[in-house]
Amino acid sequence: MSGPYLLRRLAAAVGVLWAAYTVSFAVLYLLADPVATLVARASDGTTLTTAELDALRAQYGLDQPVPVQYLDRLWAALQGDLGTSFVNGQPVTSTIGEALPPTLQIASAGLVLAVLLGAGVALTATYTRSRWLAQALMGLPSLAVSLPVFWVGLMLVQLFSFQLGWLPAVGARGPEALVLPAITLALPTGALIAQVLVKSMSQALAEPYVTTARAKGVGPLAVHLRHALGNAALPALTVLGYVTGNLLAGTVVVETVFTRPGLGRITVSAVADQDIPLVQGVVLFAAFVFVVVNLVVDLLYPLLDPRVAQAVPA
Amino acid sequence: MTELLERGPDRAPLPAEPAAHDRGRLFRFLRRRPGLVVSVLVIVFVLISAVFPQLFAPGDPNLAVPRERSLPPGPGHWFGTDYLGRDVWTRVVHGTSLSLQATLIAVAVALVVGGLIGLLAGFVGRWVDEGLMRLVDVLLAIPPILLALALIAALGFGTTNVAIAVGVASVAQFARVMRAETLRVRGTVYVEAARAVGTRWWVTLGRHVLPNAAGPVLVLAVLEFGLAILAVSSLSFLGYGAPPPAPEWGSLVAEGRNYLATAWWMCAMPGLTIAATVLAVNRVSKALDGEWGRDR
Repeated sequence: MSGPYLLRRLAAAVGVLWAAYTVSFAVLYLLADPVATLVARASDGTTLTTAELDALRAQYGLDQPVPVQYLDRLWAALQGDLGTSFVNGQPVTSTIGEALPPTLQIASAGLVLAVLLGAGVALTATYTRSRWLAQALMGLPSLAVSLPVFWVGLMLVQLFSFQLGWLPAVGARGPEALVLPAITLALPTGALIAQVLVKSMSQALAEPYVTTARAKGVGPLAVHLRHALGNAALPALTVLGYVTGNLLAGTVVVETVFTRPGLGRITVSAVADQDIPLVQGVVLFAAFVFVVVNLVVDLLYPLLDPRVAQAVPA
Repeated sequence: MTELLERGPDRAPLPAEPAAHDRGRLFRFLRRRPGLVVSVLVIVFVLISAVFPQLFAPGDPNLAVPRERSLPPGPGHWFGTDYLGRDVWTRVVHGTSLSLQATLIAVAVALVVGGLIGLLAGFVGRWVDEGLMRLVDVLLAIPPILLALALIAALGFGTTNVAIAVGVASVAQFARVMRAETLRVRGTVYVEAARAVGTRWWVTLGRHVLPNAAGPVLVLAVLEFGLAILAVSSLSFLGYGAPPPAPEWGSLVAEGRNYLATAWWMCAMPGLTIAATVLAVNRVSKALDGEWGRDR
C-alpha cells in the first residue's frame, strides 16, 4: 500500500468529518435559537432580565457573531472539546464517554448476531436445492426490514419475559439481559447483510472459476464456502460502515424499549431537553465512527483483494 | 418493407382492441401474484381510513368506557380495549390520518428537495455538481435517524416537525438517484437535438430531462414511503410526535408499553398495523421496480 493512497483516504475522511461538523452546526445553532432553550431551562418560569440573558449567552459563547462562534467551536472540537451540556453542565465528551460502554456491549453483540443471522440465511438460501426453502429464506430479509424495531423489541419482551419468564425484560445486569436487545438490534441489520450477501453469492456462483472447481470434482459445500464465499464476502464488507452506523442509530430505540443506560438513552433525553451541544456531540460521534470504519475497510480492502491493490495508482 | 406490407392485414385487428388486450394481461399478471393483490388492497384500505375513518370505525377514538377497561381482542372490540376502556381498533383507524399525513410530508420533502438537488447537480454539472454532491456525501455519513433527531432538537416537537425531519434525513438518496438519471438523460440524442434547435434551457429541463429522469426517483419514493412510515412511527414512539390524547400509530404502541405484561394487544395491534402497511408498500414498490416491466 502506498503512502499517497493512505494520505488521500485520510484527507477525505477528515473532510467528511469537517463537513459533518458544519452541517450539524448549521442545523443546531442556526436553525434553532439555543438561547431560547437555555432560558426555558434556567428561568423556572420567572422572567430573566436582559443582563441575566446576556450573562447566560456569554457563558456559552452565544454572544459572539456566528462566524466567530463557528470557528471557536471548531477549534475547540479539534482539540477534543465538544462544549458543555446545557442540562447538567458536564463536558459533552465525558458524558458520551460514560454512556459508551453499555452501548458498545449491545452494539457488538448485535453486530455478531447480525453477521451470523445474515450470513446463515444468505448461505442456506443460495446453497439449498429446494426452491421452496430458498424462496422462503430470501423473503425473510424483506419481512425483517418491514417490522418496526420498537415493536419487535416489545413483542420479544412480552413473549420471553412475561409469558415464558426466560429472560429479564429491562435493565443491563448480567449477560442474559443482553440477549433480547441484541436480537432486536440484529434483525434489521442481519436482513441488510443477508440481502447484500445473497446478491454477491449468486454472482460469485455464476463465475467461471466455480464451474472449473465443480468440473475438477470439488464437493458442493467446499465450492460454496471455500471458492464462492471468499469472493462474495468482499462486497459485503463495503457496507460495514453503513451497518455500524445503523447499529448505533438502532440503539436509540432499543435502549429506550429495554430501559438500558447508554448512548441511545442520552440521545433521546438530549433531544427532549433540546440540549444542543450534546445532540451535536452524538451526531459527530456517529459520523466519526462511520468515517473510521469506512477508512479501515478502505485500507484493508487492497490487502484482501490484490486486484484492488493493483488498480490503486502508486 | 414488402414483408411489412404483406403482414399488414394480419396485424390490423390487434390495435383495434388494445384495452381488452391490456386488461387480460393485467389480470393474468395479478392472478399469479396474490400477495401483490392483497398489498394493494391493504394500501387502499389504509388510504380510505386516513380520509374517512368513520367508515370503518364509527366510534369516538377518545371515548373511554371505564366498564370495558383492558378487554382482550374479541367480538365487539376485535383489537381489544386499552387501559382507559377506549377501543384500540377505533384509535388505530383514526390514527391513520395523522401517521399518513406525516409520512406524506416526509416523502414530499425528500422527493422535492432531493429531486431538485439531483436535477441541478446533474444538469448544470461542474462545480455545482461537485459542491452539491459533497453535501450529499456528508448527509450519508450521518445515520438518518440521528440526523432526524438533530433536526427535531432544533425544530421542536410535533407531527409536522417529525415529518420534515424524516424527509430531510432521506434527501441524500433522492439526490443521488436523480443526479444519476439526469446525467443519463442529458447525454441522450433527443436532448442534444432539443439544444441544437435552440430550445431554452429551462424548457429542455422541464420538457425533456425531467419527465424522462423521473421514473426511478418515483419508484424510490414508493420505497421511501414504507421507510418513512417506520421512521415517523419510531420517532412518535420515542415521544416526539403529537401530544398524548391524539392517536398516532407509534404513540399508540408507546401508550400500550406500560401495560405490556397484562394487555399485550395494546402494543401488538397498532404495531401489527404498521408492519402490515409497510410490508404492503414494500411489495408494491418491488413490483413497480422490476416485475411489472419484466412481465411485459
